[in-house]
Amino acid sequence: MSVRHALLALLSEGPKYGLQLREEFEANTGQVWPLNVGQVYTTLQRLERDGLVTALADTEELEPGPQKAYRITEAGAGELAHWLRVPPDLSTPPRDDLVMKVLIAVRVPGTDMSEVIQAHRRYLIQLMQEWTRLKDDDNGNDVAFALVVDSELFRLDSVVRWLDAAEARLRRAIADGWNPGLPPAIRPASNGLPTRHPMGIRR
Amino acid sequence: MTVLELRSVSKVYGRGAAEVQALRDVSLTVKAREMVAVMGPSGSGKSSLLTIAGTLEEPTSGAVLVNGEDTLRMSGGGKSRLRRRAIGYVFQDFNLLPGLTAAENVSLPLELDGTSMRKAHLAALEALDGLGLGDRAGHFPDQMSGGERQRVAIARAVVGERSLLLADEPSGALDSANGEAVMRLIHTYCKRGVAAVVVTHDAQLASWADRVVFLRDGRLVDQTVLPAGPETLLGQPS
Repeated sequence: MSVRHALLALLSEGPKYGLQLREEFEANTGQVWPLNVGQVYTTLQRLERDGLVTALADTEELEPGPQKAYRITEAGAGELAHWLRVPPDLSTPPRDDLVMKVLIAVRVPGTDMSEVIQAHRRYLIQLMQEWTRLKDDDNGNDVAFALVVDSELFRLDSVVRWLDAAEARLRRAIADGWNPGLPPAIRPASNGLPTRHPMGIRR
Repeated sequence: MTVLELRSVSKVYGRGAAEVQALRDVSLTVKAREMVAVMGPSGSGKSSLLTIAGTLEEPTSGAVLVNGEDTLRMSGGGKSRLRRRAIGYVFQDFNLLPGLTAAENVSLPLELDGTSMRKAHLAALEALDGLGLGDRAGHFPDQMSGGERQRVAIARAVVGERSLLLADEPSGALDSANGEAVMRLIHTYCKRGVAAVVVTHDAQLASWADRVVFLRDGRLVDQTVLPAGPETLLGQPS
């Protein structure tokens, strides 16, 4: 998560003090990402070094206080606008522990795959129940919080759906006599040459 | 208080080579104020469980108790009465009668049970009001959105202080916002005292339940256990 850009976004509304930035950051992320004030000031110093924010002189529009106040620069506004529109890198599949566990479980003789998958499914749904409880308690009043909870629920839901699909696929494959101990068969194409994997992945 | 109890329920359809064992030795207890979701792949027995819990079908073996009464020992008339008074059903496709208004759809089960038309109508209006559908009371189903229709169907299912709500994919035909509204509503009725069993294949909707049970090949194989409070998720270091 980019604290840097979140601070730029808050400063795009007008000059603010460090402590104020921290409070607003937490409120805007549904209180789910706590941030300590040290992190705020370190980030502000880096932003200042990079010319994206400037510290306000005491004579400027905010009341002078014990803390430093900052304002976003033109370069900072440009950087923020650019960042908002650049999709995060989702192109490389993450090395997922759960996927690894399922792939490894398949190779362990005598493993009941449905039981292994169910253990993970139960855990995920329990987590989803906890998030849903939080959403229910809040009753949709805190929009930022609801957005964060929805994002978690959709993420966990996609994992549950993958487990459902994996279980169905394994059941079908096992019913068809698939043996995980054997290397995947290379199907000859009509021209007699082995087919290439559609994603170009070497098997 | 236990509202629904299934004791070692099994259900077999067909005979010989065509025999299908839909439920195998399923035991499930649902208390007042509890919302239970039933999850499982298609063909796992979810819908059979619901129709047997609702006394629409009889199990091949085992017992079904509603509010402590053994439904297998009831006469046909006794069962109909139980269904009218104690059990409400919600279906994926709403099942509202198209020729009746929202209020008439909701008041119908009360009238069938002998409540006067005036009283039934007032109860229906109150139920619709409680769902924010007071201004839709005179509308016919085809004049309402899917989400509104399902809320009317839920009002119909719980009107008259019924204790058991059975829902089969109640938000299957709705978008995520309306689906959530439907689950929130069922959850609210549970907090007020109703016991609910909701069949769904959607984990997000199931997560509204207090307990999720998992069916596989007709057997209840697992269930969730919720921690006492939701605090575990928050306050973790970022």
